Amino acid sequence: MRKLAGILLIGGLVFYMASLVPALFMPSARTSLDSIGTPIIESSERVSGSANVVTAIVVQYRGLDTLGEVTVLFLSALGVAILASGLRDDVFSSMFAQDDGGFILQAGGRFLFPFIILIGVYIILHGHLSPGGGFPGGVLIATALFILILTGESSHMPHRLLNVLEGIAGLGFIGLGALGFMGTEQSFLTNVLPKGEYMTLFSAGFIPFIYAMVGMKVASELTTVVATLTEAPVNTEAPVNTEAPVNTEAPVHGSTKEKGRP
Amino acid sequence: MISTAQILYVTSFALILIGLYAVVTQRNLIRIVIGLNVSDVGINLLLVTLGFIDGGKVPIFAPGQAAGLMVDPVPQALVLTSIVIGFGVTALMLTLVMRIYAHHGTIDASRLRGLKW
Repeated sequence: MRKLAGILLIGGLVFYMASLVPALFMPSARTSLDSIGTPIIESSERVSGSANVVTAIVVQYRGLDTLGEVTVLFLSALGVAILASGLRDDVFSSMFAQDDGGFILQAGGRFLFPFIILIGVYIILHGHLSPGGGFPGGVLIATALFILILTGESSHMPHRLLNVLEGIAGLGFIGLGALGFMGTEQSFLTNVLPKGEYMTLFSAGFIPFIYAMVGMKVASELTTVVATLTEAPVNTEAPVNTEAPVNTEAPVHGSTKEKGRP
Repeated sequence: MISTAQILYVTSFALILIGLYAVVTQRNLIRIVIGLNVSDVGINLLLVTLGFIDGGKVPIFAPGQAAGLMVDPVPQALVLTSIVIGFGVTALMLTLVMRIYAHHGTIDASRLRGLKW
């Protein structure tokens, strides 16, 4: 009954959404672009100097939105840190196994680590030439660090260093945007750096620098989030016992709460 | 004749449906989070498909390549934002699930009675 009601509700909702998309029922495919995308594609070389139009939109046309986007990411990392700080050690130790990943996993992680970092840096630096940019590249760099966490190679990330890196990246983004006040347009997040030769690595003005800052910020924030969620709080005095907290502490805590409720 | 865009539309709506179905019927909070994520992927695919043109190229200029018809770059840039926001929301949801488990000792939504935190 519950499943049937779910199917009916969701089916009706999705059918309603599908009816809003006329192209779904049109037999002939769309063959021309009739949106704001056309003037952006035409003007992107002159305005931004970036061969990748998506990057030009993200950094140049709506750079302020991207600044807000990394702020949302920062707020999410902050929220995770605040919410996870109240969790006690026994909850963590009952959720995550304390043993390491074994030799093969650890050696594989150590082997892959520099290559993943290298590919991440490549994707960040070529954001204005090829698919990618600061966000995917930052995620890749964070992935290299996740592998170290997951294999038990590095149980505690340097949180202070990550916070400093993230602050530097955020300040760098705002500083690069403030350089726009020195230009002729005198507005935030406009390009004053030389655009260089189109479709080469040293081109597109401040876009590679902004994306480097975004990549640094995304990598440090994602690592902070995952490290916060997987690490036990640092105030553990005794080495964490893998059995005792699971069997005694957490269920007792839960059951006392259950009794107190009407 | 079925066009590529139609296949993509149907796929994205199917993904949204699967995700929302999991949210409505599942009781495990982790599965609800996974359902929301599947739904999120479907919405991203729908947005990218809205800018799709049959025969359109990637909106990236490359040396030695004639500037042909390109797909709409604006939805792709918006989906980039959407993916990042989706990550932030997922991280917060999972942390809240951990808090719920720490407080109630269960992540079964049907056993979580009362809104007292």
